[in-house]
Amino acid sequence: MTTTLTPTKTTPTAGPTPSLLERLRVPGAFLLGAVLLMGVAPLALSDFRLDLLAKYLCYAIVAVGVSLAWGRGGLLVLGQGVFFGLGGYAMAMHLKLADAAATGQTLPDFMQLYGTGDTLPWWWQPFANPAFALAMTVLLPMAVAALLGFFVFRRRVKGAYFAILSQALAAALAIWLVGQQATTGGTNGLTDIQGFFGYDLGDPVNQRTVYFIIAAALLLLMAAARQLFVSRYGELLVAVRDSEERVRFFGYDPANVKLVAYVVAAGMAGLAGALFVPAVGIISPALIGIVPSIGFVIGAAVGGRASLVGAVLGAIAVAWAQSTLSDAFPAAWTYLQGLLFVLAVGFLPGGLASLVTVLRRRRTPTTQTGGTA
Amino acid sequence: MTVILNQSFTGISIGAVLLLIALGLTLTFGQMGVINMAHGEFIMAGAYTTYVLQKDISGAGVSLLIALPLAFLVAGSLGALLEWLLIRRLYTRPLDTLLVTWGVSLMLQQLARDIFGAPNVQTHAPDLLTGNISVGGITLANNRLFILGLALLCVLGVTLILRLTPLGRRIRAVVQNRDLAEVSGIATGRVDRMTFFIGSGLAGVAGVALTLVGPIGPTMGTNYIVDAFLVVVVGGIAQLKGSVITAFALGVLQSVLEYSTTVSVAKVIVLVAIVAFLQWRPQGLYTLRTRSLA
Repeated sequence: MTTTLTPTKTTPTAGPTPSLLERLRVPGAFLLGAVLLMGVAPLALSDFRLDLLAKYLCYAIVAVGVSLAWGRGGLLVLGQGVFFGLGGYAMAMHLKLADAAATGQTLPDFMQLYGTGDTLPWWWQPFANPAFALAMTVLLPMAVAALLGFFVFRRRVKGAYFAILSQALAAALAIWLVGQQATTGGTNGLTDIQGFFGYDLGDPVNQRTVYFIIAAALLLLMAAARQLFVSRYGELLVAVRDSEERVRFFGYDPANVKLVAYVVAAGMAGLAGALFVPAVGIISPALIGIVPSIGFVIGAAVGGRASLVGAVLGAIAVAWAQSTLSDAFPAAWTYLQGLLFVLAVGFLPGGLASLVTVLRRRRTPTTQTGGTA
Repeated sequence: MTVILNQSFTGISIGAVLLLIALGLTLTFGQMGVINMAHGEFIMAGAYTTYVLQKDISGAGVSLLIALPLAFLVAGSLGALLEWLLIRRLYTRPLDTLLVTWGVSLMLQQLARDIFGAPNVQTHAPDLLTGNISVGGITLANNRLFILGLALLCVLGVTLILRLTPLGRRIRAVVQNRDLAEVSGIATGRVDRMTFFIGSGLAGVAGVALTLVGPIGPTMGTNYIVDAFLVVVVGGIAQLKGSVITAFALGVLQSVLEYSTTVSVAKVIVLVAIVAFLQWRPQGLYTLRTRSLA
């Protein structure tokens, strides 16, 4: 793995203290992002486009987690759809119950269609409580990730084996959801969500509020992830990615290091799924199976997996390209998607974020040969 | 009792299909540590080869017989091309290969959609393979028996190649220790390409077999590929018998569970069983014993 390493805080050749400009670079970029997301975008975009952007930002939140687990930890997480789905379903179950309660019914609409009885399944009942449902959107994905991660990392199952297992998990969950039509809505998923904690989602003002919540969540998580990247833990994670055995010989347990990254990434995906539901109004097995799970990785790969900003921008760009092109040119989009994968991952492993570095490195030798001639 | 036997036979025939697919994967994964997601599309290429042949040659039996070697060639050539174009440039990055080949698989699926159309197509099975045989109260479908035989024949063939031919000796050497093989004068690059050719060709043969039990469509490969990878993960890469045992075990487990629960619950239980199994044997059933850390 020769992707760009993070500059460590303890580099002996750090030189003099960084200039004011350098110290302000990260907070400045963060502020710029905040102004763009919270100020410029809501003013410049129509309601329809802002709704779309809200959806892309949900994918970007997943990409933050992918950047942590895959970019920094080297864990190819091919099953983020599972966690996205668990978060989404937890949220959607609560909202469906709230919708039903608002119209004086005890069962969500689809259960009246397919259901066998008129009692709510036991595992649906606690989701009527908003606090429980909100907690579950994050805790449930983290618990599943912790369980799988614990057993897999403890026995040093790694690399491709881990990727396949995480992918199989996504396939299994999607198939299971489709099979339980009476209680999960089957292939249709949970659709037609009307309200969001008492607010009508049909109202454009409330849709804008949802957008602001999502944008704020993305900014907060990016800030948190950035802190994690530059922390001691972040350095340890990169060390595990680059040479797991060496870290083990130092006396650390790589399994725990990887577990934390996997669980945190799962929590982020869960939150993204939960926010996706009010923004788009649907969660279904088609959004969480093998193909969308790999889709969560593409964005990060194209933008730059190890770079937080690269992964987020990549996720937004790929999601935008998908929704813009896939309707107009479905065939061309599929070719482009495949080609993007091949080119970005195969020939630019650092993603577009590394393009500047790659070009600069390429230019340096030519000037050197010019000098010797 | 007959129910259990019938269900076991279904499981064995599921296992035979899995085995045909996993056989090629074991070769390529074992040889190069490469997860080839486009393997499913090589299955599709084999299936469409059968379809095209049957349109041109009227006799279903004759066309099936010609399709077997031809599908091997078509899928194998595609595999060798993929290896030459992309995979050999990515040897040091096996995880990235997985994503790159996924991209290739997307493009191949779209290519099939553009050439043959999005709807599924069907071939006619030869009369010989449409009936059933009843043995002691259990019904054995002829086409399933044929696939079982074909799978076992392929296992035999690959075993013979690996054990007896110079190529097989080189493949085993590269699997065991690539660097040592290289300094011993083995052209590892050429061995890799041959391995990829054979492994992908076997996917093509699997595709021919699948035309007997289901429709042919652009996404037919993806339905099987994850299960086939699980076979390789559980079976281990060191010996073919790992894949053989695992394929049949997973097939029987799946079909027995499907009978006692539902298809979707069976999938979840099988996955849990696999994770539990990896606690016991993290590198799969049969592992290479080396002193290397990786």
